Amino acid sequence: MSTLEIKDLHVSIETEQGTKEILKGVSLTIKTGETHAIMGPNGSGKSTLASTIAGHPRYTVTSGSITLDGEDVLEMSVDERARAGVFLAMQYPVEVPGVTMTNFLRTAKTAIDGEAPALRTWTKDVKAAMQELRIDADFAQRNVNEGFSGGEKKRVEILQLELFKPKFAVLDETDSGLDVDALKVVSEGVNRAHATGNMGTLLITHYTRILRYIKPDFVHVFVDGKVVEEGGPELADRLEEEGYDRYLSGAGAAVAPAVQA
Amino acid sequence: MTETTTEKARIGAPSAQPYINGFTEEGENLSPINADGTVAAPSSGPLAGDSAKGHSHGGGVGVPDSSRAGRLTSYKLEDFKALTGLEEDWRFTPLRRLRGLHTEALSGAAPSVSVSAPEGVTVETVGRDDNRIGTAGIPEDRVSANAWANFKEATVITVPAETSLDSEVSVVLAGNGSEASAQHVVIVAEKFSKGLVVLGHEGSAVVSENVEIVLEDGAELTVVSLQEWNDDSVHASSQQAKIGRDAKFKHITVSLGGNLVRVTPTARFAAPGGEVELFGLYFADAGQHLEHRTYVDHAQPNCVSNVLYKGALQGKDAHTVWVGDVLIQKQAEGTDSYEKNQNLVLTDGCRADSVPNLEIETGLIEGAGHASATGRFDDEHLFYLMARGIPEDVARRLVVRGFLNEIIQKIKVPALEERLTEAVERELAAGDN
Repeated sequence: MSTLEIKDLHVSIETEQGTKEILKGVSLTIKTGETHAIMGPNGSGKSTLASTIAGHPRYTVTSGSITLDGEDVLEMSVDERARAGVFLAMQYPVEVPGVTMTNFLRTAKTAIDGEAPALRTWTKDVKAAMQELRIDADFAQRNVNEGFSGGEKKRVEILQLELFKPKFAVLDETDSGLDVDALKVVSEGVNRAHATGNMGTLLITHYTRILRYIKPDFVHVFVDGKVVEEGGPELADRLEEEGYDRYLSGAGAAVAPAVQA
Repeated sequence: MTETTTEKARIGAPSAQPYINGFTEEGENLSPINADGTVAAPSSGPLAGDSAKGHSHGGGVGVPDSSRAGRLTSYKLEDFKALTGLEEDWRFTPLRRLRGLHTEALSGAAPSVSVSAPEGVTVETVGRDDNRIGTAGIPEDRVSANAWANFKEATVITVPAETSLDSEVSVVLAGNGSEASAQHVVIVAEKFSKGLVVLGHEGSAVVSENVEIVLEDGAELTVVSLQEWNDDSVHASSQQAKIGRDAKFKHITVSLGGNLVRVTPTARFAAPGGEVELFGLYFADAGQHLEHRTYVDHAQPNCVSNVLYKGALQGKDAHTVWVGDVLIQKQAEGTDSYEKNQNLVLTDGCRADSVPNLEIETGLIEGAGHASATGRFDDEHLFYLMARGIPEDVARRLVVRGFLNEIIQKIKVPALEERLTEAVERELAAGDN
């Protein structure tokens, strides 16, 4: 049983207009076996949270903490976080020139496990995982994400999730840009990884439709860098019906006061 | 000699815009680095004005023609005008760093040649009057002609007819001087022979070299030219191959060391049915100028050519140039050709020039393609790989190794492949410091 704990996290970025605070005090605790959905409108800081957990250099933590079983994650470099068991399925996976998928997957697996995987079982595992995610076998020889469609990139992210077996998976809008078939395939992959019972999941999404396939235990609504409401899966259903409008204090709009977390 | 500072032009408004070497508001600046004191630096933008008007692609008495076919070729040095740096084929080369290869009599001691060859191969040192000299090559530029005018002796390596070599011919050209010198090598693959010749350039030298390569009918020959010079070396090498009927030629250039390296491999089909592959790998560090100009002359029908050059750049003022010319002449029906250059820029401050030129004079061909791509390895790539647990140094190496490995794999000599892989690793390790 592992715990990923985020406490009163404040994060800012540098913009041309100066420093801008994006996360304004986020607290979350995720345990092995749990699925947490973070939902919110565009610009609410959902993806910032994901990137900050993974250690993207663009984001500066000004206060608060992230710990994994008590270890200070913020002290770790990006690769150390991954080796500690944090996996980020990226919203926009980049194309990496010159590196084949095969080579990349093996190198990453070796880095994460601290030893090279047994070649025979590894090759078999990769093949099987690719098949389940309906990724063409010839992708193995292609360069990482190079020329992949949006849906293919997302499937390859989940392929890595299944192969690297992290303690915690952060899925940053993995569902965006996917058609229904691809969404099902990807969701099944996440559910398979989750079913091993050794993973906690933080699912970040703008839409509710992925929650038809991946059942969250907890739903957190994110607005303006803060969690404004928390609840069980029923909260997602409510959001599907009502949208985010009631959390947004737009000009002249009559909105219900947000519940502070 | 007046002090000429490198002309750093502005892009856009005359404000605090970033400077890029060799570019002005009007676009690319022809060879600003070439004001070498012997020629007045153009006072106006080189793209306009007198200096441009006086410029002809022939560089001499040849046809002033933009076609590659119109370029002057001659064995006589005096046929080539003094270089200004504005010539099409010299516009990227920093002439000041040629250390006199284009201006001086090349009287220095040429790099010493030692050859180890499997049984059957003939190795000779011959004088200028040997009748094999001039069978495959003719200078296409002044520096090459200068070497032709000045070389004292030539090394001739012959793979006899119908002989298949079971190991490579290793030619080590070891430089140990800094005076401008001339070198000449002739490689003859006789009818239906099969062989591999490795030209290893090392040490310190200032040398212009002509390599003539003859493939007689049905011969299969691989020539690997390794430039692993010390940092102070200057090397211009014209490597010209004449391809006989149904002959197969593979040429691999590997340029890693040297201050300025300029290799110009040319393949000419002398009869139908030939196949040519020109591969290249280069890795430029800070301050290095590595230039490769390939030329495939499809003068015969039903020949195939494939050109692939890949380069990595790291460090301030690392500069690479690839210019790939493919000419498919009117009579060369049934030609199938492709050329590609890819560059990977690893740090800021590098410059990669890449120019694929394709001239097609007949429509009756199988295919003709060209491609060029220059990309950078940036922080987002690094973040992606590190987010998968891969440490930074491993990530960097993974990318470069994978990128360059495609060329190394073409060599098909395990020991040599291993050596080059290690050499690339050393380049990367140097970049980490």
